[in-house]
Amino acid sequence: MSGVITVPEIGTTDRGQFTVVPARHPWRWVAGTAVAAVVILLLVSAVSNPRFGWDKVALYFRDVAIVNGIGITLFLTVVCMALGVGLGVLLAVMQLSANPVVKASASAYVTIFRGTPVLVQLLFWFNLSALYPEITFGIPGVSLDANQTITPLAAAILGLGLNEAAYMSEIVRAGIQSIDQGQGEAAGALGMSRIQTLTRVILPQAMRVIIPPTGNEFIGMLKMTSLVSVLAVPELLYSAQIIYSKNLQVVPLLLVASIWYIIVTTVFTVGQGSLERHFARGTSRSVPPTAAERLRKFFRVHSTHGSGKGGQS
Amino acid sequence: MTIELTESRSAPEALTLVRAEGVRKSFGDNEVLKGIDLHVQSGEVVCLIGASGSGKSTFLRCVNHLEKIDGGLLWVGDRAVGYRIKGDKLHEQSHNEICADRTDIGMVFQHFNLFPHMTVLENLMEAPLRVLKQRKVDVRRRALDLLEKVGLSEKADAYPRHLSGGQQQRVAIARALCMQPKLMLFDEPTSALDPELVGEVLRVMKDLARTGMTMIVVTHEMGFARDVADRVVFMHGGRIIEEGAAPEVIGNPQHERTKAFLSAVL
Ligand SMILES: Nc1ncnc2c1ncn2[C@@H]1O[C@H](COP(=O)(O)OP(=O)(O)OP(=O)(O)O)[C@@H](O)[C@H]1O
Ligand SMILES: [Mg+2]
Repeated sequence: MSGVITVPEIGTTDRGQFTVVPARHPWRWVAGTAVAAVVILLLVSAVSNPRFGWDKVALYFRDVAIVNGIGITLFLTVVCMALGVGLGVLLAVMQLSANPVVKASASAYVTIFRGTPVLVQLLFWFNLSALYPEITFGIPGVSLDANQTITPLAAAILGLGLNEAAYMSEIVRAGIQSIDQGQGEAAGALGMSRIQTLTRVILPQAMRVIIPPTGNEFIGMLKMTSLVSVLAVPELLYSAQIIYSKNLQVVPLLLVASIWYIIVTTVFTVGQGSLERHFARGTSRSVPPTAAERLRKFFRVHSTHGSGKGGQS
Repeated sequence: MTIELTESRSAPEALTLVRAEGVRKSFGDNEVLKGIDLHVQSGEVVCLIGASGSGKSTFLRCVNHLEKIDGGLLWVGDRAVGYRIKGDKLHEQSHNEICADRTDIGMVFQHFNLFPHMTVLENLMEAPLRVLKQRKVDVRRRALDLLEKVGLSEKADAYPRHLSGGQQQRVAIARALCMQPKLMLFDEPTSALDPELVGEVLRVMKDLARTGMTMIVVTHEMGFARDVADRVVFMHGGRIIEEGAAPEVIGNPQHERTKAFLSAVL
């Protein structure tokens, strides 16, 4: 059976006679309250438990050794990422090369460095002198004592940087392959060389794809530098360890290190957002909103006094 | 809107600008060009027509060495595409030589292929600055001049994404012209456009033809071929099977295949 459905009669449906009632989201408030309660409980416990040693945290927070440690952590992060990105781009281009030998070598590199733990690689570099007591680079007249050349810091940079290159090469390769083939053809038809095409046309567009995961790699690298504490490089974690090995305030000093890691990663995350905005130039793809924008939107949508203006984007 | 631009950097000496002699091209076992012979005079507009898969794009791409030919010779001006001739030897060109030869040939693609991360003006200026290493003031003046001629002066600072298809294709033509080429290749320049935008692109091409630019145009626009082309070349299965003055080939085709094709598209 089918009844005839008709629209209401003309004149009975002037929009002005209605008041718009904004949609309520009661479950969002319930979930929000529950989570807030748990968070408050955790905070209360953290503050009231004296074993956290917050007074010690405050005492050591700006200790000279800790601040120097942050310096070394940042230095390692930046240098290893620079090495990783530079070598990663080279490896990515090699992997896309038409030359089978070049291509296979790059693939082998990636397989080896992604297939073994970074910690193992770090220890290998640290013990390089056992393999090659003298480093000659195969050039007559050049002879470096491996024990002196491969300092703990050098081993850390080689270990982290070369490992990072393997991961970066995959990210860069995916970025390059995401660009339409017509771009390279148009550049070629204009007489641009392969290098010009890569650096002026392909890579700038691939950046949009490359930057977000690279930002994650950067933050990952910042935390990964803590591994080089096993090589006794006095970065942030090892500096904290040196202090607590003397005064036995283990938890407060680990808290000091953790808080600093959070501060630095937060700063980097903000920087990452503005970089993504920059490379979104010329595209309509919307960039993810900043945390502040998200919070503002939440309160705009969920504010109790509805504006009565209907939906908003 | 008239285009009187692009005095070529080196005026062509020979009357024949493009000469294909038995050009062959295969993709694996698939022979796509089976011996193409074609002469294009300097200043001539030649339209390439033919069914899908007949090898029109492939031939065009061979002319500026986006594809490497497997047989025959292909001359553009006094240069054999892809080879340097020394005595009785054909030396394959280096990548740099190929790039240098391409600067004389402009190409316009079906899907525009503008650089999306550059503004319209930057799209035009990129290759003259970086490839020809010309002075910025000169290139800029020429680029703005060309944009005016294709009717897009006010879009100089826009990004391609914010332009309509017809506007993008006019920018792409201006970008090619900014290199001051001797020869322009068009591969179905209006096929990706909404019907109401086709006219503005054809108008720019018509103006360009009137300036004496040598053009090879792959197109399905028979109206354009009839009005603008000096010669129409019909390709089928990797061969040229009919060619002649536009009104004759389109109005009075001799070959069965040509008749069938034309009755399908007209
Ligand atoms: N890069 C390639 N690799 C393999 N086969 C190809 C390649 N490019 C073209 N072909 C083949 O060559 C043949 C001719 O293609 P081409 O693009 O030259 O035809 P066309 O005449 O331009 O057709 P259309 O009107 O569809 O553009 C087709 O069968 C196509 O499948
Ligand atoms: Mg085609």
